[in-house]
Amino acid sequence: MIAKFKGAYGSGIEPLTYAGQNYMVVDRSLIPEILQVLRNEEQFDYCVDLTAVHYPKREKQFDVVWVLYSFARNERIRVTTQIVDGATLPSSVPIWPTANWLEREVYDMFGIKFDGHPDMKRILLPDGWKGHPLRKDYGILQQDNEWVQINLGIESGQ
Amino acid sequence: MTEPNTLSHLDLETHEKPFLDANELVINMGPQHPATHGVLRVILRLDGEKVLGLECVIGYLHRGVEKIGEHRTYTMFNPYVDRMDYVAAVSNGLGYCETVEKLLNVEAPPRAQYVRVILTELNRIASHQLWLGTHALDIGAITPLFYTFRDREEILKIYEKYCGARLTTHAFRIGGLQYETYNGFEKDVKNFLDFFRPKIDEYEELLTTNRIWVERTKKVGVISGEDCIALGVTGPVLRASGVKWDLRKAQPYANYKNFDFDIPTGQNGDTYDRYLVRMAEMRQCVRIIEQAVGAIPEGPIIAKVPKVMKPAVGEVYHSIEAPKGELGYFIVSDGSTQPYRVRVRPPSFVNLQALDLMCRGQLVADVIAVIGTLDIVLGEVDR
Repeated sequence: MIAKFKGAYGSGIEPLTYAGQNYMVVDRSLIPEILQVLRNEEQFDYCVDLTAVHYPKREKQFDVVWVLYSFARNERIRVTTQIVDGATLPSSVPIWPTANWLEREVYDMFGIKFDGHPDMKRILLPDGWKGHPLRKDYGILQQDNEWVQINLGIESGQ
Repeated sequence: MTEPNTLSHLDLETHEKPFLDANELVINMGPQHPATHGVLRVILRLDGEKVLGLECVIGYLHRGVEKIGEHRTYTMFNPYVDRMDYVAAVSNGLGYCETVEKLLNVEAPPRAQYVRVILTELNRIASHQLWLGTHALDIGAITPLFYTFRDREEILKIYEKYCGARLTTHAFRIGGLQYETYNGFEKDVKNFLDFFRPKIDEYEELLTTNRIWVERTKKVGVISGEDCIALGVTGPVLRASGVKWDLRKAQPYANYKNFDFDIPTGQNGDTYDRYLVRMAEMRQCVRIIEQAVGAIPEGPIIAKVPKVMKPAVGEVYHSIEAPKGELGYFIVSDGSTQPYRVRVRPPSFVNLQALDLMCRGQLVADVIAVIGTLDIVLGEVDR
């Protein structure tokens, strides 16, 4: 499969293996097509997880990671892409409905928006919260003081 | 109910439409509600008693576990994972330890593997017992709660003797185990199995043919296998819909490949089948523990792991079959003593997404049954 992809997309795909696990770093522009192909032609019918990693020192600050599994092949693969801060990604809800909450969580925690998502809003934190906690520049003790004071009526949640 | 729900009926836009229709009623349930198993808030859209759709509001128990993980060393983060799915703390620990072991490229010694399997399977029984007791209580059967809690106590006693803790056990360490088993551990486990085997029959006697139970659970919260896969639902819920898939068999971890056991499945994907699947799973747990407890090899209990863990730069995703479904950890190492990123893929969070689909067209009382049958733990949903 990897060889076939490599042939079709060339330098847009970099297949890698670490600790016996296969993953590929895919160029942002190829993401919509690759995800479709993985779902429809390669039978990766189960989107296990969707998450992101923040690298503030890089130019493309975010790694977005899809963990996919195929029941037919009993195989797992990860698709990773790098995007800059503020860039959006196409929503994969039409491909895997399970991505709905997963994408909302990525938005909540990292501030990455997904185009075409049916309901792009926060999921774990309250709607009015400012900041995205899993970014590296968000301190571990940091909180939205204003929100806490207005909504909870206390000086600080700490 | 007229026809089973399928994904094509699931209109994701519905909640944005105005609900000022004379026939529509919006009702808030939770977060402080005894049948939501924690602090789950559900906004129900009703037509009389019939559920037109619902939205889950979660996050009330959010503690930022993933953020904490980035600020603790690999060893220090280990006890935190117990606090996510706190009724199956041992499974959480197993998943985390195995993922870090993969990063470090070490493997727990055989003796540790056997003890791990015994404790994890005991935990699966304990988790299913707690599920059965509370689920039955929600539907109106009070007795199973007393029975299951009485028997679960015996498992907790074994944990207490083994590591001093009953609930958030922190039983495993990266690389193996910290504690050698105590004198009489094997005897205690065997005694428990002898004690527990007839208890499963006892539970089943109370419920399996009980008319009220059958009426309240059959054809309630139906979900098909394809919808489960599309929504990422795993664990007993997926198996009750007829998909024979269990990570212990599909991608064996620990030393599950050494044991002989079956994967129970259902056909109808309703609440009753999910009940039967979990009951059958408890019997399979007994089978696995039986094989493991007689075969614990001698040897070291922990592999050679450095005191200060600095895994090489890389990223690993590893998942296990927790009592609720696929529990995955995605850990990125930057070569330092702390994980660069810890992502937890909680089964309860993903399974809860199916609540909307499963409840549509049902009655309000069935929502309670469906929340129970999904077996969610809010500590894990919100992290």
